[in-house]
Amino acid sequence: MARQAPVRDVAPTVQRLRMRYAKRGRLRFTSTRDFQRALERALRRTGVPMAYSQGFNPHPRISYTNAAPTGTASEAEYVELAVTTELDPEAVRAALDAALPPGLDVLEVVAVRSPDFAERLEASVWVIELPGVGRETATAAVAAFLAAGDVPVQRLTKSGMRSFDARGPVVRLEVRPDAPGAEDADGAPCAILDLVVRHVTPSVRPDDVLAALRLVADLVPPVPSRVTRLAQGPLVADASVGAAMDAVTDPLAPDRG
Amino acid sequence: MPVESVFPQLEALLPLVTKPVQYVGGELNAVTKPWDSVSVHWALMYPDAYEVGVPNQGVQILYEVLNEHPDALAERTYAVWPDLERLMREHGVPQFTVDGHRPVGAFDLLGLSFSTELGYTNMLTALDLAGVPIHARDRDESHPVVVAGGHAAFNPEAIADFVDAAVLGDGEQAVLAITEIVRGWKSEGRPGGREELLLRLARTGGVYVPSFYDVDYLPDGRIQRVAPNRPGVPWRVAKHTVMDLDEWPYPKAPLVPLAESVHERMSVEIFRGCTRGCRFCQAGMITRPVRERSARTIAEMVDNGLAKTGYEEVGLLSLSSADHSEIAVIAKGLADRYEGTETGLSLPSTRVDAFNIELANELTRNGRRSGLTFAPEGGSERMRKVINKMVTEEDLIRTVATAYGNGWRQVKLYFMCGLPTETDDDVLQIAELASRVIETGRQVSGTKDIRCTVSIGGFVPKPHTPFQWAAQLDHETTDARLRKLRDAIRADRRYGKSIGFRYHDGRPGIVEGLLSRGDRRVGAVIEQVWRSGARFDGWSEHFSFDAWMAAAETAFAGQPVDVDWFTTRERDQAEVLPWDHLDSGLDKDWLWEDWQDALADVEVEDCRWSPCFDCGVCDQMGTEIQVGPSGSTLLGMPALPPRGAGLVASAADR
Repeated sequence: MARQAPVRDVAPTVQRLRMRYAKRGRLRFTSTRDFQRALERALRRTGVPMAYSQGFNPHPRISYTNAAPTGTASEAEYVELAVTTELDPEAVRAALDAALPPGLDVLEVVAVRSPDFAERLEASVWVIELPGVGRETATAAVAAFLAAGDVPVQRLTKSGMRSFDARGPVVRLEVRPDAPGAEDADGAPCAILDLVVRHVTPSVRPDDVLAALRLVADLVPPVPSRVTRLAQGPLVADASVGAAMDAVTDPLAPDRG
Repeated sequence: MPVESVFPQLEALLPLVTKPVQYVGGELNAVTKPWDSVSVHWALMYPDAYEVGVPNQGVQILYEVLNEHPDALAERTYAVWPDLERLMREHGVPQFTVDGHRPVGAFDLLGLSFSTELGYTNMLTALDLAGVPIHARDRDESHPVVVAGGHAAFNPEAIADFVDAAVLGDGEQAVLAITEIVRGWKSEGRPGGREELLLRLARTGGVYVPSFYDVDYLPDGRIQRVAPNRPGVPWRVAKHTVMDLDEWPYPKAPLVPLAESVHERMSVEIFRGCTRGCRFCQAGMITRPVRERSARTIAEMVDNGLAKTGYEEVGLLSLSSADHSEIAVIAKGLADRYEGTETGLSLPSTRVDAFNIELANELTRNGRRSGLTFAPEGGSERMRKVINKMVTEEDLIRTVATAYGNGWRQVKLYFMCGLPTETDDDVLQIAELASRVIETGRQVSGTKDIRCTVSIGGFVPKPHTPFQWAAQLDHETTDARLRKLRDAIRADRRYGKSIGFRYHDGRPGIVEGLLSRGDRRVGAVIEQVWRSGARFDGWSEHFSFDAWMAAAETAFAGQPVDVDWFTTRERDQAEVLPWDHLDSGLDKDWLWEDWQDALADVEVEDCRWSPCFDCGVCDQMGTEIQVGPSGSTLLGMPALPPRGAGLVASAADR
């Protein structure tokens, strides 16, 4: 006799909500799984009427897309929720933001009006702070990286150790000109890199680009870098001109009324 | 003066270590009070990894009780893994709390909760990283008072060199009493320094200060006597017992960590204490008498806790949860209340009893029926009489038949190996029992798709139990016996494939035995093994038996004692035990009689349902059994708020 999951009376999904949240400060050390648990508990505390899956072990219907790696901060993480009652997106945003700890901040919630959201996340804009690295050193390393045809790097992925090119998907990499913030509090140098990367498989992450800079130019930051994703979304036609921030557009635009 | 956070220095190290989230704090319901707003500062440590320590109920309760005090604060600290320890030493970052990231050395008190003795080396690491001398005698007024609690504190002699004080029993009222003494002493300008503060604590009779007691030894190594060495310090120190748990419904706001922990659920303690009288069970002996929470308080704690945490599962915790006098009301009431809300309810620690299947069925009426766990503990009928686990083989078979018949697919059975008077045959009967379980299960369920897992570990005799005099079985014999059992299960062609076998090898148990029944001479072994690099001894990947044995050889050199003397040696009635001056309320003569009854296969009833059999606790401690039924119900509890209230889109938005 095969085991069968009980067929239960599960309320249907009547609305989907898309949400952008930030991972800031010390909470950048949370992993995707840590965020998932925190979100699911916040949803229960706030009483959001979640739609649940069928089966032996029903779970709330939430999809996570393209999460930033553990240890990197982000201003642009996206999650989609299925709910059983039509809700006011702004009320959900305010309630969830209040229920999540400071540092996991819900920035926007919109009702889903368009399909294919994941495909819209074509590229990410990152900023990489390198305390202890001077602007000239960083500039030379970036130049060497951009001049290279490809830069194979290795990383342990879910499917084992993979070797892949870190150069190809990089749309832009540049050292920010001297500006406030180019030195840290003690006056030590702190180069800031702007990075735009196209999403491919396996994904090229900021740590892969840093590994590549080490390979091509021996750039070894004396202390760990601070990395923040500023945005992700559709890549503009000419992403190499203008501000790095403008290289992608708002992926939620098609869902706004 | 405010105490600064060390987080900026720590933050630079976090990208270099595994699971950095465990060091950042930020748990839901955590509290950080301004340093200068209170006069008494407690650091509370669970001396194991964050993922093990953060769910600990004892620490969560004391954390909340202390933070509610207007003139005290409490922050938590846990053992850091060796990768971070190395970096902290390299960069001069001290042991820190996860709440305010304040250095542990700045606190007035460091309270450590020892559920197990295997956390002792982690305590030394934390003290050393905090810049606190590991020996109590080397500390001065600038250092925190180091206080041990938890079950292992009922014999803290092995760590007497390292702790300033130990508190036995329930901590809720004890920490408040200690806070008052520290507060008074500080406000008077710290008269008499550290010595005076410790004296004030010791003279209450409820705080054990090891340095105020001298231990004399006989030439053969046994203890001659333990005597106070300061005027006004009592000969015996008593345990603390909180009466009326309805008055202490903690934790009211359970901590919800961001990091994954070993218990991804909320716990509500439904009663404290157990008088089943299992002779191996230290918890049951030292937490007497039974004190129940009423059904109504339990339901309110579940309700309030779920609202404050968002957990999806609640465990109804105690030493034997189905024994609560109102358990049927509680189970049905909670199952009704949370029906349709995707909230799981579970009853850990249930006895082998068909009634418990009904309870489990009720609690899972909407959810999954995966596995049930029972603990017969002894493999043979005779062993179960020796340990006073009053369960017959027929009880067990009837219970598992009910379980499999109700759709449960997996039954886990817990046993111990190395119990007093045990032979190979007693343990081998576990294999026969497991075969009968599968045979019965296949009959009643009509399927071969059922399993039984046998989980077995070595027995460690503990202080304040009738087995405190017993010889621990040496690890070679334990391992040999477990191998025979494994082979017997594997050889079972009909049922062996449906029986899982999990066992723990006997060597960690010998170290646990050394520490749990050790005296002050064992302190040198702990220090020696810690200096040689021992950390996280409760983790098999970190534990080194050889390092412990080498440390013992060095530390015990020239003494009449060794590891065997502390572990595999049977004690006689006249011997002064290292913990005799620590009063759990149990009458030593009663314990001895119970030990003799064990050797004669004589069972003893539970005093909840039979006349008092004079274990001594209630008389000695001025306590009484508090069991219901209280007659309270869940009727009239406010209805759960409807989902989505306040979030629903108005017609205008659509």
